Amino acid sequence: MTVFIIRRLMQALVVVFLMSLIVFFGVNVIGNPVDMLISPEADQAEVERAIKALGLDKPIHIQYLHFLGGVAEGDFGRSFIFGEPALRLILHHMPATIELAVVSLIMAVVLGIPLGLYAGLFPDHAISRGIMAGSIVGFSLPTFWVGLMMIMLFAVWLGWLPSTGRGDTAVFLGIESSLWTRDGLSHLAMPALNLALTNISLVIRLTRAGVREVMLQDYIKFARAKGLSTRRVIGVHLMKNIMIPVVTVLGLEFGNLLAFSVVTETIFAWPGMGKLLIDSLLQLDRPVVVAYLMIIVLFFVVINLLVDIAYSVLDPRVRLQDQGA
Amino acid sequence: MLNLRKPLSVLVATTLLASPVLAEELTIGLSSEPTAMDPHFHNLGPNNAMSRHMFDRLILQNEKQQLQPGLATEWAPIDDLTWEFKLRQGVTFHDGSAFDADDIVCSFVRAPDVPNSPSSFATYTKGKTVVKVDSHTVQIKTAAPYPLMANDVSTIPIVSSDSGCTATTEQFNDGSAMAGTGPFKFVSYSPGDSIVVERNDDYWGDKPVWTTVTFKPIKSGPARVAALLAGDVDMIEGVPTTDITTLEANDDLALSQGVSNRVIYLHLDHDRADSPFVKSADGSAIENPLRKLEVRQAISKAINRDAIVDRVMEGVAIKAGQLLPEGFFGVSDKLLPVDYDPDGAKALLAEAGVGDGFSLTIHGPNDRYINDAKIAEAIGQMLTRVGIKTEVETMPRSVYFKRASRGGPDETPEFSFILVGWGAGSGEASSPLKSLIATHTPDKGWGASNRGRYSNAKVDGLVEQALATVDDEARSGLLAEATEIAINDAAIIPLHYQVNTWAAKKGLKYVARTDEATLAIGVVKE
Repeated sequence: MTVFIIRRLMQALVVVFLMSLIVFFGVNVIGNPVDMLISPEADQAEVERAIKALGLDKPIHIQYLHFLGGVAEGDFGRSFIFGEPALRLILHHMPATIELAVVSLIMAVVLGIPLGLYAGLFPDHAISRGIMAGSIVGFSLPTFWVGLMMIMLFAVWLGWLPSTGRGDTAVFLGIESSLWTRDGLSHLAMPALNLALTNISLVIRLTRAGVREVMLQDYIKFARAKGLSTRRVIGVHLMKNIMIPVVTVLGLEFGNLLAFSVVTETIFAWPGMGKLLIDSLLQLDRPVVVAYLMIIVLFFVVINLLVDIAYSVLDPRVRLQDQGA
Repeated sequence: MLNLRKPLSVLVATTLLASPVLAEELTIGLSSEPTAMDPHFHNLGPNNAMSRHMFDRLILQNEKQQLQPGLATEWAPIDDLTWEFKLRQGVTFHDGSAFDADDIVCSFVRAPDVPNSPSSFATYTKGKTVVKVDSHTVQIKTAAPYPLMANDVSTIPIVSSDSGCTATTEQFNDGSAMAGTGPFKFVSYSPGDSIVVERNDDYWGDKPVWTTVTFKPIKSGPARVAALLAGDVDMIEGVPTTDITTLEANDDLALSQGVSNRVIYLHLDHDRADSPFVKSADGSAIENPLRKLEVRQAISKAINRDAIVDRVMEGVAIKAGQLLPEGFFGVSDKLLPVDYDPDGAKALLAEAGVGDGFSLTIHGPNDRYINDAKIAEAIGQMLTRVGIKTEVETMPRSVYFKRASRGGPDETPEFSFILVGWGAGSGEASSPLKSLIATHTPDKGWGASNRGRYSNAKVDGLVEQALATVDDEARSGLLAEATEIAINDAAIIPLHYQVNTWAAKKGLKYVARTDEATLAIGVVKE
């Protein structure tokens, strides 16, 4: 298993390197950051100065080599907009996003699995039909629209929850987070649910499909025939077998939640990484975009690794090795 | 809103002391966020608006961008090349240090020279030497007579020579160097989340009503409106035009509107005989008709500015006939918006020998100005109606501005016919004349945004003369004359002036500013 993990991490480095190459040259095709950043009143001399100050006067391959040299020393370059190291900027925005992603993932599991289980066990029930219809709605409605409707309902009309922003933070177990305060949680509820909506629907459908399939398997019949309680049949034999697809999908979705919760963060003015990414893209803050996507690739690799390890725990038939390697 | 989380002891203490000053808190939703707290780091609208809360300038601009005494009480040219500024006595920085001439000298050194600055103040400090005369007098010398001295000086934030001048941008961002002389003191800065300032009780001028002001960046327009409706913020800037009617009908809110210094206009290719996006009606190459005055006038006549203001802008704009709205320094009182006259336009096209029409592509941004893409579409339709077959292509500003300024071969403008806007930061007519209309001359810094490469020696001469005329009345006349020649020659085609809208809870009123800035000191109670 150790060899497996080491090899996977080596592969990750290659992927990250290729990614940096593609992204670096890719973002350089779009526009010129100086046109975005400079005061419109600036004259040509000032434009030249800014181009030089940002290092954009050098040919692109020299810029890339310079960037790689920096990365080797742990320096991902400075944000054009904020003048701060890109990595520090991203790390600064990370806690808010992790908070949001974790809560939304928990919502997906806590709401999605029981609802899916119910819909799978009693497929003809009216409630089950309602759940399935709801899951389709959850899938198909655009996040930004649902987000705005939630703000209208819960913040504007009912006044139960604050409309935007992140709440007070507190330190608990050495972690500073808005999860530990009431104000923080009330700010978190809407964006997290908004972000979780698609995943809840996804988990419902996956769970239901899994239940419908597994319920007909011989080992379930055998377990019943053996006289095991329904609770044990469902809780152990059924659950364990339907969890594999759910874990895979949630693992990947967690990466997505971390990396690309752009729409939700923008609507709820959540000071997380997703908002940083979209702002950086729109304003052509190239160093931040490149550093961000490199970090995200690392994230995905690590998450996939964890998913594979979780597999082997859930299904003893799965062994961790590279196929064809 | 009552703040229930405030400890009881504070309430008791306040009652016991019977302080006449009650906590007055204000929360403002911003449409764009400053990129740093360092007032010299990034010379751009949102940063400058924020820094004004904490850092004074020698001269301040009021809501109409007229100049008012700031840290300087008087200023005047003492000879052709020297301006003298008398500094205000008894002013202290937020860290307690006294304000004097050294602060001015070092602020003017730091402002153009902050490391990694994406847009510096060099444009305003260039060619000026600041000399300390005594502790409360400075002189600024230039190599040639420079009438815009006071305007330029009003843009430079003054930091303390003790802490600010040697500080790094990081030290400003973490608050350790945030000592200015402004009406508010810095409290906290959390990028993407909030900026908090508190009242400076030792302020030399009118003290603000608000004890604490929190700025929250909420970029999404609908979300900003929702935050106001939900009561999470007390005031927002940049109200989307589509929401204005609904908000006006809401009795709990009050809107304030004001014309800005920003004109939305069309720039046309005056230069190239073979312009890339101009073709004959059947698509073959054609000699650029935009170089003919009749064609440019026809385009202006073909545009129904009333329709754009009423329909596209939902009434929230003022149709334009020149570079700046009336009331600004150096505008002409003779220029009026061109009337909609499609038949006249057709006649002019026939006169110019393109009676059969031609085809054109209008390029514009879709995320820069209010309703920019919709305006471009409306113009496309209007021109097509008089026989100029117009295609519309809009794109994000990150792509647009580079192509519009330097996208063609040899860094020439790529497009033939573009929609753009111009906000005159200095609040007078030399700003657009120098940047948009004057001949593109990189050495002089003229025509930096002249994306149509218009060139008229007469206009250049008048602008040159105006910029060397210290007498205000004479200069104003020269600028107006230059504007008249350029507009009558259709150097650019003005469409409308943007009107900005702020919305606040009932009982609050914002004094609308032409420079589009949102300042807490401008929020008053009714």
